[in-house]
Amino acid sequence: MSLTEANPLALICELTHRCPLHCVYCSNPQELAARSSELPTGDWASVFRQAAGLGVLQADLTGGEPLARTDIVDLVRAARNSGLYVNLITSGLPLDETRLDTLLNAGLDHFQLSFQSSNEQIAEQISGTKTHGQKLKVLEWLKSRRVAVTLNFVLHRRNLHQMDEMLAIAESSSATRIEFANVQYYGWAFSNRDQLLPTRSQFDEFLIKVKTAEERLRGKIRVEYVVPDYYAKYPKPCMGGWGRKVMLITPNGDALPCHAAAVIPGLRFENIKEKPLRAIWEASDAFQKFRGQAWMTEPCKSCDRRTRDFGGCRCQALLLAGDPAATDPVCSLSPSRSIVDSVIRAVPASEAPIKIDFVYRPNPA
Amino acid sequence: MAIDPNSKPQLAPGVRLGENGSQRVLLMPERALRLNGPSLEIVSRCDGRHTVAQIIAELQKLYSKAEPHKVETDILGYLELLQKDRALDFTA
Repeated sequence: MSLTEANPLALICELTHRCPLHCVYCSNPQELAARSSELPTGDWASVFRQAAGLGVLQADLTGGEPLARTDIVDLVRAARNSGLYVNLITSGLPLDETRLDTLLNAGLDHFQLSFQSSNEQIAEQISGTKTHGQKLKVLEWLKSRRVAVTLNFVLHRRNLHQMDEMLAIAESSSATRIEFANVQYYGWAFSNRDQLLPTRSQFDEFLIKVKTAEERLRGKIRVEYVVPDYYAKYPKPCMGGWGRKVMLITPNGDALPCHAAAVIPGLRFENIKEKPLRAIWEASDAFQKFRGQAWMTEPCKSCDRRTRDFGGCRCQALLLAGDPAATDPVCSLSPSRSIVDSVIRAVPASEAPIKIDFVYRPNPA
Repeated sequence: MAIDPNSKPQLAPGVRLGENGSQRVLLMPERALRLNGPSLEIVSRCDGRHTVAQIIAELQKLYSKAEPHKVETDILGYLELLQKDRALDFTA
């Protein structure tokens, strides 16, 4: 039996780990890639061509901050010319209107702008920078230009009360899509979990608000959301299943099944400078490790949901249960669910601000 | 949201046709829809010039063996789906 899935649909390209922001929940690994290790333009262009040949449809150009790459326009053009749909996942700087136009002329399809808050004060607490004003400017520039726009709001204890204001920002923009992404607790966010994890009542209110917004904005703005999975009954189908739909390339060219996979001990990642993308996807140890169902333990192994959620998240199983092959401990059926319950129980009931003592992600050399 | 038969649908910004091998797809932010026979015929007429009524009439001709009412219902259902995905803009 071959464990190879048909083909990946999306290629997440961490073009750099450099970033002007220092968000306390950054999805980059804690060991950030140095500028000197970043792939040159030509290597990325080759990755895009190979990905399109493999059946990938979407390229997510992300970072760090992808606009920190001085060759970002060439990268967008190369991805588009390979036949990929080009998403730029950005904090909106460094950018001015001229640079925006060159990106669009190069073939950028979709501009996804991240927000830390609906106001400058909380945005600054979270990102360690003053960049909220620039984001609002970018939204104005986007209004007169033909490109898909998504606003991505990362949600947590300190900004969940701002959903109405966030929706108002989106509704006054040209966005056709909003993502309300509750923080997932790996890496930097795991270090800051006690200050970011929402209360149960915040979570309940979130669900009501997001569903109301989804209904109200139907046909105008597509509302998508990710729940804080500590409060969920069943785990998320992380990455749509390990090695099943998504491939991630780090700034130095390592191919990973997900953002956080490097935390799992014993996984060896292949590099696109040494092997064709197809060979990595089809046969590399890291992609094979948790593909399919053979690796599963109980209760996943015999669970009806195993083809829907794929056992949840391997990195979370490692972080919380100490075993990457365990059932994701957020699952109510997991023997380790009590670990998650005790974390939730420790969340102060009051929504009053707690002492701010964040670990900020630095900018790599 | 009901669809006005006199409105003219067109692909929203950042939504475009693409292909994956020989399979035509509709590409949009973080999503792609496979297009086959009828769905491809519908999407390729979402050009801001055809009204919904015209799209229905043309497809009823194209699929003349199918029951006309069924063709209409299917087209409206598909346009609603695309509208929900925010893949279309409708102009008067």
